[in-house]
Amino acid sequence: MKFPVHTSPYGQLPNSVTRLMALVLLALVPGVAALVWYFGWGVMINIVIATTTAVAAEAVILRLRHHRVKRTLMDLSAVVTAVLLAISLPPLLPWWLTVLGTLFAIVFVKHLYGGLGYNPFNPAMAAYVLLLISFPVAMTRWLPPEILANVQLTFGQTLHTILTGHLPDALTWDAVTSATPLDEMRTQLEFNKTISEIRQSPLWGDFGARGWEWVGNWFLVGGLFLLWRKVIAWQIPAGMLAGLLLTAGLFWMFDPETIPFPGFHLFSGGMILGAFFIATDPVTASTTPRGRLIYGFLIGMTVFIIRTWGGYPDAVAFAVLLMNMAAPTIDYYTQPKVFGARKEEDG
Amino acid sequence: MIGYREIIKEGLWNNNQALVALLGLCPLLAVSNTLVNGMGLGIATTLVLVASNTTVSLIRNWVRQEVRLPVFVLVIASFVTAVELSMNAWFHDLYKILGIFIPLIVTNCTIVGRAEAFASRNNVPRSALDGLSIGTGFTLVLMVLGGLRELIGQGTLFSGLHLMFGEGARGLVFSLGDDYHGLILAILPPGAFFGLGLLIALKYLIDRRLEERAARKAVQAEPATDTAAAPAEG
Repeated sequence: MKFPVHTSPYGQLPNSVTRLMALVLLALVPGVAALVWYFGWGVMINIVIATTTAVAAEAVILRLRHHRVKRTLMDLSAVVTAVLLAISLPPLLPWWLTVLGTLFAIVFVKHLYGGLGYNPFNPAMAAYVLLLISFPVAMTRWLPPEILANVQLTFGQTLHTILTGHLPDALTWDAVTSATPLDEMRTQLEFNKTISEIRQSPLWGDFGARGWEWVGNWFLVGGLFLLWRKVIAWQIPAGMLAGLLLTAGLFWMFDPETIPFPGFHLFSGGMILGAFFIATDPVTASTTPRGRLIYGFLIGMTVFIIRTWGGYPDAVAFAVLLMNMAAPTIDYYTQPKVFGARKEEDG
Repeated sequence: MIGYREIIKEGLWNNNQALVALLGLCPLLAVSNTLVNGMGLGIATTLVLVASNTTVSLIRNWVRQEVRLPVFVLVIASFVTAVELSMNAWFHDLYKILGIFIPLIVTNCTIVGRAEAFASRNNVPRSALDGLSIGTGFTLVLMVLGGLRELIGQGTLFSGLHLMFGEGARGLVFSLGDDYHGLILAILPPGAFFGLGLLIALKYLIDRRLEERAARKAVQAEPATDTAAAPAEG
């Protein structure tokens, strides 16, 4: 009879990188389906372009770095990065911008810093910011949700627009695209309108704008699924939502006519997607329990600050990148105590 | 004593202040948004370097060890002031663009570094040559980085050349055409860091290739000794 001797750790979680990434992709399905439902096939085409580019770029650079290509590709992290980037992009973005962004995410932000596990910045968000800063016009051409759209683009028309960068004949950008709700709110506020006046437009739903808030809801479903499967820690989304709600709530109480109410912030832009899928990236986020709460809270607060007083209508990408920078410091000051350790006393 | 050929090689390549020593990064990253800006600041820096190296070398035996750094800084500051005033007089538009970075040449670590590490220990011709080659190496990196960022960021090369060479130079501006949108990030500060990082990587790649080639040549040159040594080791 043999008694095998094991060393610690005795309890092992079944989570491998591949399984985690596959679960994230699965959890994205409802949100992506909702995006396609409200904003058309462009979302899907973007995902295909970005994923193909990401996998190809990852394969090439793994070869250059003398890593085992197939095994590392199987961890699906490049696919997750590509999908997260693609769903943040406007549905009619010209294909070469999607390719450029994906290449930047995989080659520069991920592999030049050492590959999966070593990148200090979230690749998808860094690429999004690169595109937003460099190509502001193309990056703000969002479609209105399907229920409000004057023009419905067919699959063929969408593909044509993405591949050529021009709309089919007889259509103009002004007719097809519209400002995002956050952009709209911002512009109207700049005209000195009050929130109650602005919200009389048919654009708005219960919280955010019609269509947009439902996309948020479906991402929330996916996010809760990830929480249930313990893929992500609850502290980051909780901290982030609390950070946004508390900060927005505080200012809203003082000035409800120029600061949109907290629910609007919650279900607009990339907030829900960011809280559950982007800020929770295990590589670039804080890793201690208390640190995660602080990290999330600061992201939420920064989102509100930039949305209200900053130069861009949405801010999830900027906030996440800023806090990526702060994550090591947050971790340093929030190390949990080792079990059984006592506070050191003098003498 | 270091030879002249060696001094030139060190300044331009082996000990390039921007790519190897990573000195003077502040002006390097800040003004390298176009080729012409880079060239302007590079030339100004080179002038200061040659003049300060020469002067420091001249006075090296009269300055006491304890006060040498303040004296060097004084020397450098006077030359920077001279260069700044001349640029203001003859290249006024370029002077306005480069702005604060011309007086800041005083704080460029390269200059006080060369004064301390080289000019205070070598004779005048060597020090002057060192200033020239170090300055040229720095200028070349500034120009390459500036050209790269300008090309990617706004799709032109040599824009603003008339600031240095008069109106006739306007025709030399190269452009990728109006259809080119430009990756604005390349002109912003992050673009400078990415560009410099890539240039450094490129330099190391070239160095490694050269080393490999030298090693192969050495093996080919004396294959007989290798085989003869092998059994003895075994």
